[in-house]
Amino acid sequence: MKISVLRKKIGEKGRWQIFEYEPKEPGETVASALNNINRTNPGERIIWDCGCLQKKCGACAMVINDRPTLACAVKLADIKGGLRLEALRKFPIIEDLMVDRTVLRENLLNAREWLEEEAVMNEKKQELLYEASRCLQCGCCLEVCPQFMPGDKFFGTAAAVPMIRLINCSKGDEKKRLRKEYYRHVYSGCGKSLSCRNICPAGIDVDRLLVSR
Amino acid sequence: METVNIIGAGLAGLSAAHTFAKNKIRSRLISLQPSERAQSVMAEGGINAALNTMGEGDSTFEHFEDTMRGGAFLADPKAAEVLTEHAPEIVTELFKMGTPFAMKGDSIIQRNFGGQKKKRTAFAKSSTGKVIMTALIDEVRKYEAEGYVERLDHHEALEPVLADDMCIGVYVRDTFAGEAVFCRGPVITACGGLNGLFEGMTTGSSANSGDFTAACFALGVNAANLEMIQYHPTTVVVPGKRMLVSEAARCEGGRLFIKRKGDPWFFMDELYPDMGNLAPRDVISKTMTEVVAADDTGDQVYLDLTELPRGTWNKKLSDMRDEIKEYLGIDPAKEPVPVTPGIHFFMGGILVDKDHRTSVKGLYAAGECACQYHGANRLGGNSMLAAVYGGKVAADSLIRDAVYYKEVSECQAVPEAPEIRCGFSRELSEILGQGMGIVRSGEGLERALKHIDELKDECNIREKRRLYLAEAMLLSALKREETRGAQVRSDFPAKDDARFKKTTVAVFRNGKTEIDFKEIGQI
Repeated sequence: MKISVLRKKIGEKGRWQIFEYEPKEPGETVASALNNINRTNPGERIIWDCGCLQKKCGACAMVINDRPTLACAVKLADIKGGLRLEALRKFPIIEDLMVDRTVLRENLLNAREWLEEEAVMNEKKQELLYEASRCLQCGCCLEVCPQFMPGDKFFGTAAAVPMIRLINCSKGDEKKRLRKEYYRHVYSGCGKSLSCRNICPAGIDVDRLLVSR
Repeated sequence: METVNIIGAGLAGLSAAHTFAKNKIRSRLISLQPSERAQSVMAEGGINAALNTMGEGDSTFEHFEDTMRGGAFLADPKAAEVLTEHAPEIVTELFKMGTPFAMKGDSIIQRNFGGQKKKRTAFAKSSTGKVIMTALIDEVRKYEAEGYVERLDHHEALEPVLADDMCIGVYVRDTFAGEAVFCRGPVITACGGLNGLFEGMTTGSSANSGDFTAACFALGVNAANLEMIQYHPTTVVVPGKRMLVSEAARCEGGRLFIKRKGDPWFFMDELYPDMGNLAPRDVISKTMTEVVAADDTGDQVYLDLTELPRGTWNKKLSDMRDEIKEYLGIDPAKEPVPVTPGIHFFMGGILVDKDHRTSVKGLYAAGECACQYHGANRLGGNSMLAAVYGGKVAADSLIRDAVYYKEVSECQAVPEAPEIRCGFSRELSEILGQGMGIVRSGEGLERALKHIDELKDECNIREKRRLYLAEAMLLSALKREETRGAQVRSDFPAKDDARFKKTTVAVFRNGKTEIDFKEIGQI
C-alpha cells in the first residue's frame, strides 16, 4: 500500500514523501502504520502526535485522504487505493503531521468557560451532560468548518460542546453569562453549513447538543 | 511561596494545581500534551467512594478493608485509611463540578466492582475518566484565568534538579521549539505509569514513557514495590497496543469461560464461588493462566456478555460495545470476546510517605507514578480516587512543609535529552515482558537481568536510565521470594509475611541498585 505523507517544517511548503507499506497484522490503523514506518526508518522519523491509540485522547488528528479524523480511527483495510496524510490545515504547523492546537484552550479561556457556582445536576440531564463531556478537543470539526479561523471570535463546535455542558449544569445569572458567551462565540458566527455534522471522531451527536443550549 | 512545578496534567496533576490555586499559590502545569490527552481520560469503569447511595449500608471502613485485602496487605494502612475516608468528599466534589455520574433522581448510583462486595463505584458508562477530566479541566480553567495556573503544554520534563540533597527545580524542554529551560521551585511529579518500559504491551497511553520517573530514580530518588505490576484480566490485542475491556463488563454480569472438553467452563464461578468474576484482578489473571495451562482445556479464555439485558448495553455499556465492535469486529452482545491478561497499572513507583513526600526534600509524587495506596494489587475504581486525592495531599503537604530555598545560582548546563531508539525500546520491552510476566521465576528474572546488562553498552543517557529502572524492577521481583498480589513466583508459591510484609525499596547509588525491605509506611 502506498502511504504519502506531507513532510513539512515551519515556513516551508512541504514535500510529499511516499512510503510503500505492507500491513504487518490484521486490523492495522493509520496510527499503527505510522509507528511501524518510524520504526523501520529511524533516521527520518515522521513527526506526529500519538497518545492512546484507541480514539480516546484526540492526539493523532490529521487529514487523511482529505478528511480530518484520528489516525487511530482509520483502518488500512477500509482504504481503497493509497493514503495521503497531511497535518490539519487550520492550525499552525510544528512539523510534518503535528500542529499547535493551543487556540482550542485559549478560546475556552477567553469565553470564561467554567462554573463559579455548584453544578445543578439531576437524572434527566445526565445523558446530555455525558454527551457534552466527551469532546476530545482534537480539532477535526474546526478543520471542516468554513467559518472557523484561529484568532477569530467564532470558536466553532469544539468550543460549543464544552459550553453546552456548562450551560446545562448552571442556573440563574451564571447560566445567562454562559449563554451570552455561547451566543457571541458560537451562535452568531455559525453559518449553519452543518459541515461539523458526522465529522466528530468521538461520534458526538452535535445536532442534539446544539438544540439543548 | 515559590511557583510550584507540577509534572503531568492528568487527574493527579490537575488536582494538585487546583489545590494550590485554592490556596492562592501559583503552579506551572507541565505536560507533553494537554490535559485532554492525559491517560486519565482513558479510565473507564468508575471511581470508588462509600457514598452508600444503594442502601447496602456501605461504610468507609469497609472500603478501607477491601482496599487493604485487595492489595494483599502491602498498602500503608494509614494512607489507605485517609484515602477511603476522604473518598465520599472527593466524589461529591467532582459531582458538584458537574461530572455526569449515572444518577437516579438527584442521587448518584453506584455499581459493583472487583474485590468489593458493595456497590461503591460511581460511574458514567465506561467513560468515567473522560467525564471527570472534562469537569476538572473546566474547574482549573477558572484559576488559569486568575493567573494561578500556568500551563506549559507541549513541554517535556527532563529531570529534577537536585542540589544539596534537595529538589530545587526541573529541566523542561519545549517540544515545539526544541529549547530546554530550568524551572525553579519545588516539584510534584504526577507523570503517570511506566508504559514505556513495556512498549505496545500496556492498555495505557503510549505517551506515558516513564522517563521522568527513570530520571528521578537514576538521580537518587528512591522507588518502591516496582515488582507490583497489574495484569488486568480482560484485555485484547489491537495493533500496537493492548486495549482494555473494562471491569464494568463483569460488574454488569459478564462471565469468563474456557472450553473444557468442548463445553464452556465458567471457571471463576466454580473456583471462587464467593466473588466469582468480581474477584480482585490479580486473582483472576493468575487463575486464567492456570486454566489455560490445564491439560483438558482450550488455550483461549472468553468473556461472555451475551446474556446481558439490552437495557444494560444501552444505558451502561454502549461505549464499550462500540469500541469492541470497532477494533475487534465482534459484537459482544452476540458473541463471546476472546480476552487475555495485559499490563494495566503500576502499583509501584516513586517511594512516598503517606503525605506524598519522596525521599528527596522538595520533591513530591502522586498518581500512578507514586507507590501509594494500592499495595500488591489495585482495586478497580481506586486509581482515579487515588490520583485526585493523592494530588491534593501532595499539594497540601508541600504547602505545609513550606520548603525554603536558598538562592539558587542560575542554572547549570541544561542536560541532553536524546530520543530512545526504536530498536532499543523493543528489545528492552521484550526482556521485561518475559521476566516480569504474570508468573515469574528466579531463573527467568536472572536471565532477564543478564540481558539487560548486555544492553548497557552504547546506550544514550535516556536509555541508560530506563535500564536502571528496569533492572530495579527485575531485582525487586527477584528479591521478593514469595507470592503476593501481582507478584507470583513459581519457585516461591506461598506468602511469607515474616520476611516480606514489607515495602520493597530500590535505591540507586554509585551506579548500582540496592534492594531493601522496609517496614510499611517508612521511607
